[in-house]
Amino acid sequence: MIRVENISHSYGEVQALRDISFEVKKGQIFGLIGPDGAGKTTLIRILTTLILADQGTAFIDGMEVQKEYKKIRSQIGYMPGRFSLYEDLSILENLNLFAAIFGTTLDENYHLIEDIYKQIEPFKHRRAGQLSGGMKQKLALSCAMIHAPNVIFLDEPTTGVDPVSRKEFWQMLKTLKERGITILVSTPYMDEAAMCSEVALIHDGQFLDIDTPEKIISKYKPLLYRAKSSKNNALLKEIRNSGWTKSAYLNGEFVHFTVEDLNDVNKIRVFIQKQEIEIMEFKEVNPSIEDCFMDLMHSPTE
Amino acid sequence: MKENISIEVSNLSKHYGKFKAVDEITFDVKKGEIFGFLGANGAGKSTAMKMLCGLLGPTSGEGTVAGFDIYKQSEQIKKNIGYMSQKFSLYNDLTVLENMIFYGGIYGLSRKYIKEKTTTLLKELGFDDKLGTMVSSLPLGWKQKISFTLAHIHNPAIVFLDEPTGGVDPVTRRDFWEMIYKAAEGGTTVFVTTHYMDEAEYCDRISMMVDGQIHGLGSPAELKKQFESTNMDEVFIKLARPNEKV
Repeated sequence: MIRVENISHSYGEVQALRDISFEVKKGQIFGLIGPDGAGKTTLIRILTTLILADQGTAFIDGMEVQKEYKKIRSQIGYMPGRFSLYEDLSILENLNLFAAIFGTTLDENYHLIEDIYKQIEPFKHRRAGQLSGGMKQKLALSCAMIHAPNVIFLDEPTTGVDPVSRKEFWQMLKTLKERGITILVSTPYMDEAAMCSEVALIHDGQFLDIDTPEKIISKYKPLLYRAKSSKNNALLKEIRNSGWTKSAYLNGEFVHFTVEDLNDVNKIRVFIQKQEIEIMEFKEVNPSIEDCFMDLMHSPTE
Repeated sequence: MKENISIEVSNLSKHYGKFKAVDEITFDVKKGEIFGFLGANGAGKSTAMKMLCGLLGPTSGEGTVAGFDIYKQSEQIKKNIGYMSQKFSLYNDLTVLENMIFYGGIYGLSRKYIKEKTTTLLKELGFDDKLGTMVSSLPLGWKQKISFTLAHIHNPAIVFLDEPTGGVDPVTRRDFWEMIYKAAEGGTTVFVTTHYMDEAEYCDRISMMVDGQIHGLGSPAELKKQFESTNMDEVFIKLARPNEKV
């Protein structure tokens, strides 16, 4: 459904994208995961025909982004990172406007957005500028879906959104996926990777890896351990001081650290005990996508 | 002011017409504590923070910040706190040092002091060779670290951090928290909001706001125990959507 071939793009001296290629199959949720400034928005803007890539090309459902941009625009849905609906129009007015632009009506395609729209429908006469973050998000997604697109591009739909609203939003995306809609979504939240069929971890304009979340995790090489004490900050310092670890960092209620050799684990444990830090937990764990991302950030790219 | 208390608030409220944006919140923050101020979007966090920073007058209730009354001494509060937000941090078309001189100047610090202090602080970050660099050419992670440095260049008693790590890469996010720990160890009180639940674990204590009220208050371990949850994510969901099953 989406095919990207060797795309590069620069803004002056800043290289935003470096030779990016990938494919997204129909009905997949493809996650573009990485921090701000990694190149996510640039890539989405190229795919939605809003800017032209310096090099390379891309196809959306077989249409080329430069030559067939008009056709592409009528067939895709796009939700930009910044809320860009009309704040002084009501929910209903915004939806009617978007429907009219694409030559359809709310009645005609009501069934497509019903699941999402009915959650905000009781407030349909409220101005968009007066909605909460979660409601704006639902309205923006409804507007992006009103013309029955086969592919939708969502640029950081969950940034700045609280954990509960984020979960609800991903539930909506899952429903759209089940209806066969292809979704390309970007996010800085690593834990959202698990909800995607396939993800690209992007940093500094390059893909660190591209695969299913499960396979990315299975490719993780270091031995990863976690430890916990009542003073994790002190524990972290001592794990680093031990000199036996490759990397050590805070991770929620634990300290995560990696070793190359199993023997080093015991040396670290003995070292910490000598520092009189009470260890409440100390065991090997499976990495999360975030652990993988951090490991790949430090590894030289091939 | 009680000696070890940095922020003390009781029954603080802010109403907009009939709407209770902040509804009788009561809590205190100890000196040198890292206090996580959490809640769903629209729960009233920003309104409460504005009142604590001396930017917005409360409807009712009482409060002191750094020993100053939030009604009568908002100017003294502003002088004694530092503030950093994700949305606005530094002027892009000034260099790192120019930003420091500008902000430090607002707080009445001398250029000589600002230069010395900035050099020391940035040396600790391994960044002292970038004093003359335009902020626009720095990666986001560095901007955030420098913003944090800037927010406490005038040695404030408290720093308020409003989603300081949003969108930052996972390595820098952790570097940032190590900077927070260091500031707290130096006696600075840290008042921080975040949407990353792993970061909630890094706080000494947390308050959870729901519809203008504080529905949970305690250390991460206490809250997990109280709400029978294995992690902070679950605590958040149970508090923010009490009618749903997790």
